[in-house]
Amino acid sequence: MLFPPDVWEIIWLSLKVTTTAIAIGMLIGIPFGAFLGLYSFPGKRLIVVLVYTCMGLPPVLVGVIVYLLLSRYGPLGSLSLLFTPQAMVIAQVALVTPILAGLTMSAVQEKERAYRETAKSLGASPIQLIATIVREARTGIWSGAAAAYGRAISEVGAVMLVGGNIEHHTRVMTTAIILETRMGNFPAALQLGLVLLAVSFLFNSFLMVGALNQWKAKRR
Amino acid sequence: MKPIRIITPLLMSMLILFLAACSAAPAQPAAAPQQASSTETAAKQPQSAPADNEIVLATTTSTQDSGLLDVLIPAFEAKSGIKVKVVAVGTGQAIKLGEDGNADVLLVHSRSAEDAFVSKGFGVNAYDVMYNQFLIVGPAGDPAGVTSAKTAADAFARIAEKQALFISRGDDSGTDKKEKSIWKEAGINPDGTWYLSSGQGMGATLQMADEKQAYTLTDEATFLSRKLNLQVLMQGDKSLLNPYGIIQVKATAKPDAAMQLIQFFVGDDGQKLIGQFGKDTYGKSLFVPAAKKR
Amino acid sequence: MNILELRDLVVRHEGKTILRVDSVRFEQGKIYGIIGPSGAGKSTLLRVINLLERPAQGSMHVFGTDVDLAALTHAKGLPIQRQMGFVAQKPAMFHASVFDNVAMGLRYRGEDRAAIRPRVLAALKLVDLEHAAGQRADTLSGGEAQRIALARALVYEPPLLLLDEPTASLDPHNIAIFERVIQTIHQTRRTTILIVTHNLAQARRLTHACLFIHQGRIVECGETAAVFSGAACRELQDFISGRMIC
Repeated sequence: MLFPPDVWEIIWLSLKVTTTAIAIGMLIGIPFGAFLGLYSFPGKRLIVVLVYTCMGLPPVLVGVIVYLLLSRYGPLGSLSLLFTPQAMVIAQVALVTPILAGLTMSAVQEKERAYRETAKSLGASPIQLIATIVREARTGIWSGAAAAYGRAISEVGAVMLVGGNIEHHTRVMTTAIILETRMGNFPAALQLGLVLLAVSFLFNSFLMVGALNQWKAKRR
Repeated sequence: MKPIRIITPLLMSMLILFLAACSAAPAQPAAAPQQASSTETAAKQPQSAPADNEIVLATTTSTQDSGLLDVLIPAFEAKSGIKVKVVAVGTGQAIKLGEDGNADVLLVHSRSAEDAFVSKGFGVNAYDVMYNQFLIVGPAGDPAGVTSAKTAADAFARIAEKQALFISRGDDSGTDKKEKSIWKEAGINPDGTWYLSSGQGMGATLQMADEKQAYTLTDEATFLSRKLNLQVLMQGDKSLLNPYGIIQVKATAKPDAAMQLIQFFVGDDGQKLIGQFGKDTYGKSLFVPAAKKR
Repeated sequence: MNILELRDLVVRHEGKTILRVDSVRFEQGKIYGIIGPSGAGKSTLLRVINLLERPAQGSMHVFGTDVDLAALTHAKGLPIQRQMGFVAQKPAMFHASVFDNVAMGLRYRGEDRAAIRPRVLAALKLVDLEHAAGQRADTLSGGEAQRIALARALVYEPPLLLLDEPTASLDPHNIAIFERVIQTIHQTRRTTILIVTHNLAQARRLTHACLFIHQGRIVECGETAAVFSGAACRELQDFISGRMIC
């Protein structure tokens, strides 16, 4: 399939925004989720419930909150980030971090029993212990990242609100689909939808291949 | 593992709620309030409207967002016993809905697109219903000097010359088409970093103009219904008038009901309601009744 | 000289006292056997010493320092933990190569990359598995995995080695290799070794002294020969003769 340059620009921006958001989300969510999975402290149950709740947060709500924060009349208005790709990254980070943290937590808890004491008795410091168990739980964490990627790139409500769907600036695949639909260009909307599907498929199969290799290696 | 077990039912119930909310608004989120109010009206009537007594009105977001339909549709439903489902979308999509036979009546504001719709044989019984006016709004400082311009085209020319930030809807809606026609009139092909295309509805575009301290072209109804720091910088120019048309979709399976709705809009009762709408809230009527068979 | 001494130790699980030790000392350079019926608290004792389990109360004098076991955090106990090796009955192998598994302890201690390689290979040679360095650890047989677990605990040359029923599920061939390694490192490094075992013959073969634990108490403690010949208390007699139902 060949597209006009406009469409490539839109696809490229979608990938850029979501990949950045996932990378930042992983930097925050994986250590946080691993910590939650491995250590107990007062108030942990409440935080776990909050993380699980945030995993199901409606993206539009995230969008509204980020919008209000970044608005010119809001607390972070002076940064002038509203209607920029950065604002979309912020919204998506808020969206995917709880997912990454929650899925890391359960992946880590699954491996915790077997590896915690082994690592500890070999002399792992608390941080080394977290790193070791995260490495052991990597298959589960990767599939969590794939799920988060799919959710972020196919999300429309939040990016529409905080990005603004500005042509050549913040228009991504999902917001372009909405626009084409509203203008009655159903074929164009469908075409973009197929690209979205293809991107999701590529990413998931890429990640699944990784997971599958892990699984095969275990069985060998 | 324990917390997961506690959470699962919670998440499930959230999911079910979410799904329920989705199915309640099949077309567009904006259509939800209207549907709610029409179901209410139907419930009040002893004889509930049968399914073949339901018609779909495809219209632009402006009539929906301004609240005009919240007044007109219940009045029509009470009078006729016909239930009206409102799908509020951009003019482009509304006309597409008509072409595909997914709507029975169109209420839109883009004269050239309407004429094409009728001449291509998709529509019959086209009427002028009313008009409202467009405004050029912008930051109070008015860096481009729009207030001292004589015409809308002159105002646009000044914005382009100063390269002052301008936000276009860019969504092929009636308002967008109007804006494009004014640029054409001014002999300017707007392009550059100062000209942003939001691809969104009027409300969102106004919000963006407010955030970015930019100029934009808006319909009066949507502008008055929002509390923003933008100022009206030009109004009343002839090219800023915005006529609405109502058209019956030729392929409709319910021509009688569709015709009844049209008759109501262009008839005395409807015209009177249109003329009064907005007076108590904004101190002036947002739409000027102007019924006329084309 | 004592390498390890425990005092006033109380371990509770869900309110039930499962181990109570008033005082016990271990001399440096000896091999100790810990024997007793299942559920007596043998493994718990080893886990408490390795700081894997925090007791309700108790203090430990180890490697010349005193620690309050009930108040010790992971980070604070780390210097002590790093001087011990521990092998569990069923070792967990990390999903990495055999080499990486054995190198783990050295990497945790921040050892130089260049220094790690010869030490890992030496440890693998000790357990007779140097050819398996590149193999994935999760593909090893049970006996091989247990030998790798031993190499993994020995590679950083801890002065104290804790073995929790390490040969319980091994075949005679692997048991023989395992015991040979234990004896070798005891002779070459004077490592103090505590081994929990069900295998009384093994205890007789390997150990210098034995502790008999029964119902959460150390009932008997002494030279292995004396414990097995003159068996003082009735419980120990019953246990050794197989009359005790475990």
